[in-house]
Amino acid sequence: MMKRTLSWLSAWAFASGLLMVSCSFPDENEDTDPIETGTIQLQFDNIVGNQDLQLDSTRYQNAAGEDFTVSKLNYYISNIKLTRMDGSVFTVPQDSSYFMIREADSQSQKLTIRNVLTGDYTGVEFLVGVDSTRSVMEPDSPGRKGILDIYAGPTNEEEMYWNWNPGYIFLKLEGSSDSSTTPNGKYYYHIGFFGGRTERTINNLRTVKLNFPGQKAIVTTSIVSNVIIQADIQKIFNGPTQLSIKTSPSLMFTDSTKYVADNYANMFNVKEIKIN
Amino acid sequence: MRKVTGILSFLAALLALAVSCSKKTDNPEPVVPPNDKPTPLQWTKPSYFPDPVYDLSKNPLTVEGVELGKFLFYDGILSRTDNIGCGTCHQQPAAFTHHGHDLSHGVDDRIGTRNAPSVQNMAWNTSFFWDGGVHDMDMVPPVPIQNKVEMDELVGNVVEKLKKTPVAGATKQVDYPKMFKAAFGSDSITADRMMQALSQFMMTMVSATSRYDYFLRGDASAMTAQEKDGLSIFKQKCASCHAGELFTDQKFRNNGLVPNRINDQGRYTITLNADDRLKFKVPSLRNVGLTAPYMHDGRFTTLEQVLDHYDNDKPGNKDSIFVSPTLDPLLNVAGQKRGINLTAAEKQSIIAFLRTLNDDDFIKDKRFSDPGIGTSF
Repeated sequence: MMKRTLSWLSAWAFASGLLMVSCSFPDENEDTDPIETGTIQLQFDNIVGNQDLQLDSTRYQNAAGEDFTVSKLNYYISNIKLTRMDGSVFTVPQDSSYFMIREADSQSQKLTIRNVLTGDYTGVEFLVGVDSTRSVMEPDSPGRKGILDIYAGPTNEEEMYWNWNPGYIFLKLEGSSDSSTTPNGKYYYHIGFFGGRTERTINNLRTVKLNFPGQKAIVTTSIVSNVIIQADIQKIFNGPTQLSIKTSPSLMFTDSTKYVADNYANMFNVKEIKIN
Repeated sequence: MRKVTGILSFLAALLALAVSCSKKTDNPEPVVPPNDKPTPLQWTKPSYFPDPVYDLSKNPLTVEGVELGKFLFYDGILSRTDNIGCGTCHQQPAAFTHHGHDLSHGVDDRIGTRNAPSVQNMAWNTSFFWDGGVHDMDMVPPVPIQNKVEMDELVGNVVEKLKKTPVAGATKQVDYPKMFKAAFGSDSITADRMMQALSQFMMTMVSATSRYDYFLRGDASAMTAQEKDGLSIFKQKCASCHAGELFTDQKFRNNGLVPNRINDQGRYTITLNADDRLKFKVPSLRNVGLTAPYMHDGRFTTLEQVLDHYDNDKPGNKDSIFVSPTLDPLLNVAGQKRGINLTAAEKQSIIAFLRTLNDDDFIKDKRFSDPGIGTSF
């Protein structure tokens, strides 16, 4: 059914593409009321408690008293919405709303979102992970290209996708710990599961809503607000359910991954907004 | 006839579209003359098989596409070490399983956790692998390619390696850009095309020429009296799971095997549903006489052992059926000994029948054979 719908959709898209090719002419809509848009930046800063996160080199301690390093931290941010003072919502166009934050790649941490309606924004909302709609699309469809391409680019290189149980790994945290009971002393948290393709599975998609503290993110045609969002790795361990590396050195496809998702859903906060 | 006309007019419409669009695309490729177009390949199903599950309309078979798929299937370039192809563990003489290997054997002599299933009649699979995690044939190849103990490679790297062929000085010169161009009209090598070519090849791997098939088609002499006897016992006692002419109901069942050392939970690892614990996909029995060892972990080396397990009457072994909440009800009928009651003679007849499913043409068919680039161990 899905496939049929998709092929109709693609046929329709193809047909409309043809129409556009054959009928395109210069834009003559200059006289209508222009919708003013601008740009906003969401910058993710991964921290551990009150320290900046350093890959490999720094040893931290969680609330269970376990030491740990971080060798890899990746997570998807998607389905971004911005809320205005009057409670209305600007939804970032779906095709521009998928990102993967990688601690090892500073460029990936700065999300630049263009074509945002001008206004004063007081909050942001996003999904940690990739929604089920995109997760079940055919891998060769346009909606699964770019950062969501499972065969090329960061998703493939960072292995942020389970091929054997097709679905994106929403968040991947790996490192070493003296408390780990794996043969190599590493710990692995790969959190995925979007709710299932043919049968219902657990759903580890989490929506995060953040208010901008006492500040507005102003978007005009010339002012770009840079919203600094901190993600505190300590909270992955020390959330509603305390996570112990000794007890759970590897969490990938078990029910208890939902507690990790609950924890990291609470790791974000807006530190400040810079106006450029 | 009406269908043929329909197809023809559809093709004509497509051609018309292609002609009308050709000047408007910004594809830098030179226009391929009509005689360089991939040659369509007609795919027909055996009349007594169900309709295929795979959607051929999204990936119509061509001679060149199937040929490319065959090269990709056998080429070790798909693995990190460049020496393990699909055909390494899916060998034609063993009906595309790994003869003599209970568990899959990958790069650097790493050992997997499950027995390599047969690559045959893939067109009808509603799901793939022992746990049924994958539902689309196009998404099958990335699983062994990216599995750490099988081919341990990234699909993205494979694409880059394919682009760089032919490799100067290599013993096996394969020009993939040329083959992709022949198959798809342009030499752009993408993962999507690679998967489509592999699916095209796998679509052609149909096994339906066993002695049983000749019997089905009306040659009563194709099976002996014992084999026919075995067939009727099979239908009574085995066909509720190994159903239909593909000999599988495509469901996931717990057949009472004692969990192995790694306590493989099967389907549960996909759904995390407790009702799926210890369930594995019911395999097709076509070519079963050629695909030893058996079960998801290859624990049984002969069909006799398999039937002894189901019969649950091994001397000195109180109960070979492992009881757990998900044990298949068909093996656990109230007021009856667990398992499937079979006499020694019945077992022999069933096995004789199962061997009529061996398809000699299939395992010798040159269309499916290694074109000279494969590796095996």
